[in-house]
Amino acid sequence: MTLLVEQPTVPASTPPVHEQGPSGLVRWLTSTDHKVIGTSYMVTSLVMFVIGGIMALLMRTQLLSPSGGVLSLHQYNEMFTMHGSIMLLLFAGPFASGFLGNYFVPLQIGAPDMAFPRLNALSYWLYLGGSMVMLSGFLVAGGAADFGWVAYAPLSNATNSPGAGPDLWIVALILTGFSTVFTAVNIITTVFYLRAPGMTMFRLPIFTWNMVVTALLSLIAFPVLTAALVMLYCDRHFGTHIFEVKGGGVPVLWQHLFWFFGHPEVYILALPFFGVVTEIIPVFSKKPLFGYIGMVFATIAIAALSTGVWAHHMFTTGVVLLPFFSFMSYLIAVPTGIKFFNWIGSMWGGSISFKTPMLYCIGFLVTFLIGGLSGVLLASPPVDFAVHDTYFVIAHFHMVIMALVMAGIGGIYYWYPKMTGRLMRESIGKVSFFIFLVGAWTTFIPQFVLGLRGMPRREAIYSPTMGWTFLNRLSTIGAYLIAVSVLLLVINLWISWRYPIPSGHNPWDGHTLEWWTSSPPPPHNFTSLPRIRSQRPTWDANHADLVAAGIITTGVLGPSGIVGHGNGKHAGINGATGSANRQPSSASGGGSSGLFTDSTSSMKSQFSPSSGEGGDTDLTGQKGGPFPESSIDAPFDDGSSQSGRAPE
Amino acid sequence: MKIEAKLMIILTGFFTAVAVSYWFVSYEHAGTTMLAFSGVFALVPGAYYWWWSRRMHPRPEDREDASLSDGAGTLGVFATDTIWPFVLAAGSTLIAVAFVFGVWLAIPGIGLCLLALVGVTAESRHRGTG
Amino acid sequence: MIGAVAVLLSSCRLPYLGMYRGATTQGHDTFKLWTGSLLAAMLVGIVVLSLVLWAIFRFRKRSEELPRQFRYNIPVEIIYTAVPVIIVCLLFYFTVNTENEVDAVKADPGVALKVTAFQWGWRFQYTGTGVTVVDTAVDWPNSYPAAVLPVDESIGITLVSADVVHGFYLRRIDFSRYAQPGVVNRFDLNFRHEGTYHGQCTDFCGLYHSEMLFKFKVVSQSAFASWLAAQEHSHEHLQSIANKRYAVGRRSLVGTTTGSSK
Repeated sequence: MTLLVEQPTVPASTPPVHEQGPSGLVRWLTSTDHKVIGTSYMVTSLVMFVIGGIMALLMRTQLLSPSGGVLSLHQYNEMFTMHGSIMLLLFAGPFASGFLGNYFVPLQIGAPDMAFPRLNALSYWLYLGGSMVMLSGFLVAGGAADFGWVAYAPLSNATNSPGAGPDLWIVALILTGFSTVFTAVNIITTVFYLRAPGMTMFRLPIFTWNMVVTALLSLIAFPVLTAALVMLYCDRHFGTHIFEVKGGGVPVLWQHLFWFFGHPEVYILALPFFGVVTEIIPVFSKKPLFGYIGMVFATIAIAALSTGVWAHHMFTTGVVLLPFFSFMSYLIAVPTGIKFFNWIGSMWGGSISFKTPMLYCIGFLVTFLIGGLSGVLLASPPVDFAVHDTYFVIAHFHMVIMALVMAGIGGIYYWYPKMTGRLMRESIGKVSFFIFLVGAWTTFIPQFVLGLRGMPRREAIYSPTMGWTFLNRLSTIGAYLIAVSVLLLVINLWISWRYPIPSGHNPWDGHTLEWWTSSPPPPHNFTSLPRIRSQRPTWDANHADLVAAGIITTGVLGPSGIVGHGNGKHAGINGATGSANRQPSSASGGGSSGLFTDSTSSMKSQFSPSSGEGGDTDLTGQKGGPFPESSIDAPFDDGSSQSGRAPE
Repeated sequence: MKIEAKLMIILTGFFTAVAVSYWFVSYEHAGTTMLAFSGVFALVPGAYYWWWSRRMHPRPEDREDASLSDGAGTLGVFATDTIWPFVLAAGSTLIAVAFVFGVWLAIPGIGLCLLALVGVTAESRHRGTG
Repeated sequence: MIGAVAVLLSSCRLPYLGMYRGATTQGHDTFKLWTGSLLAAMLVGIVVLSLVLWAIFRFRKRSEELPRQFRYNIPVEIIYTAVPVIIVCLLFYFTVNTENEVDAVKADPGVALKVTAFQWGWRFQYTGTGVTVVDTAVDWPNSYPAAVLPVDESIGITLVSADVVHGFYLRRIDFSRYAQPGVVNRFDLNFRHEGTYHGQCTDFCGLYHSEMLFKFKVVSQSAFASWLAAQEHSHEHLQSIANKRYAVGRRSLVGTTTGSSK
């Protein structure tokens, strides 16, 4: 029944003919292609980023003067509530998981799509729906939610926060919560079940590893948030007293529930961007990643520990066990430090080229250093007593977030060529980086001092006699610089699209599988794949000559020079590229009727050895990839190989 | 499948250990419950993967020496081009908003959801196995 | 070794690294912990930053030659795993010590003050004396919750909330604690110096959160005693409650564009 057409190797420059699908708006509404969905997530999340950013600019403009004058008290409260909710839940998470995860995980593992394409589409539409519901809070009488993004009970109950705005906030987060959970399920299943042959778990790119761990964390954290939101809604409307003292409830319970979600949430945001940095640094240092195994275990450790630290947001409540949470919070610094040193190790001894993606990663490193160390300071309850709910905490997490945003922008510059086949302008990129770095530091370093000097957070106005005015003004200048940099990013995205510079399939000499395929990738991603024998299959295939010459891509630099791990089983086939085509072919019948095309494309991988000899050793006449530049057509001279390739 | 199984089992062990130690140092109910259930939920897929990994041959993506031809054959059925996720999301959004503005909004919402469920089922049936 | 460092730190005048020196003995302990932690963090930061900057400078691309493709170095990895663990354990040790000092409460403090936070003001009840000060600062400077307290005396504060979560915070004491419905928090403050200390609510509590100010006037013990005696004997000093939900008579401090109050 399966129409497995045994085709000879298709010349790789011709992608398989795909039947005509819908176009335009209908195509967007009906697409289940992870690349289309990923791009939709990218655009929507960047729009939310701009909206949240405008709110930030409004707040910072308000704070130029102690007596404000830009926003009313109520409007200011709406601003910081919605700014936080939008930035964390409608921008950063969807950008990381919905865009970067959706788009690049299948590419990096050699899969034609995500495991559940329709679920993927559902995730996006739920996200879009939830975003619109949350923003609609501004349109109702009484305005949007204004109780802070953390919505502490009893402030968020019906007595203290009446109106539709808070309810819209609640249901919007329930919708987007389901969206995130579905995406998480999709990512885990895809990585566990759709990897290409030879792509073992410990050969996965670290970005993919991070997405898997992020997805696991999402599954742990988001259901707790959803439950808490449902409970809050019941308290508000169904007469329950879960968070109200007078009915026998416990207001602090809200904080426990929220922060059990809230702390893993920040790692759900952070880990994908750590993954992006881990992709970019080795490529632009011309070396493999340093400490791969350590990276994997550090990521798992960070995620696991992050579920045990939630009450460090509650140190000042007086009802949590301080030493336990303090110790766990301190512990997270250890795997984070391991990752940091591995990034440095990846640069060490390398040949670093400072293209825009790498610049943004360096910006990430220095900014995250400060943000992270300030977090370690906060892990101490007495110190937290002194600075909790002041601008010190705001400065801490914003420095971390600015680092993540820099990593994200670096990721955009890194992967934009893959998505579009065009390079982004380096000139604009470099200028925007420096403006962003200066802007981020100018905005938030003064806020560390403001917090130490006692300025509380969530304050629309402040006393002019406290000595906070100058630092606030400095901070606002920085905020506007960030806005300029973001504007330059948008301009760069547009100019690079409108006036393209072709990038080719692998402008950066990338290591991982997404750089094997064309830019942009064809439908179902791959018309051929290289043989996968290490964590950087594309690099191995493109540098088979180096591998053949004995420069092993694995092992440690030993005292006698380059040491390889011999393994007789693989001797003589270094750097070989399998002539395997994962050839999709739709076996669907015809009869597409307008809107509802019935094509279910079943992906068949058709691996036909090039000259019928079978196995991977024959390279004669077989190009290693679809593109002439990556040719590995010289027959492999196995007589002189000194060492075998180690399976990794 | 062994590594996937180990990943989930390690997480199960971690959550269980933390939940137990957290309970005996704090006697705090909410956190212990959440940690304990995290452990239970990690156990479910972990046990499944572990059970299967002991009974199956390593798949091509589990073997370090796999060749690409090992993965030949049908990969799976991947749905393309369908309106029903959009319809289902629209219906869900209406149901959600019904909790804010009035139950009546749930009527079109549930209607759209049912339409989507019917539609996606019918679509699957008509597409054949390819 | 640890003891030597602690003695050294406590004897000399520590540098001012941003945080107030702590107007209370508890706050001063926090200040010392902060100083040590910040110095440690700066040290780590400088070391790591130097590594990053050195790597960027020294290993920038100079030729097309492919660098050594090494992937791991077990001794180095062990070191940079173990050293942070040691640092973290040390920090935790000092933290627990300081935390015990800060959270210690006396069974019979010199002054027992019950502080009730409400939207949007403060009530200070001198337990056992019948003296109460209640006010809101929403129309400051016309009114301002102020409590008079003695210096060098243990002030046992019982902190509760009448409605939502509030934060009790005075910036110069390097300390804060939440006032929450259903929770009674108890802590001690021992002021080291006389003066007026400004405080405000730090946990967002609604519309006038920014204006939930108060102050502690710390005076000599004899001045406090006479003030307290005057309160008990003269009712004119009992501040009338301004426990209104929506304050009236606010000056333009709250923003010129504001029209309505909710």
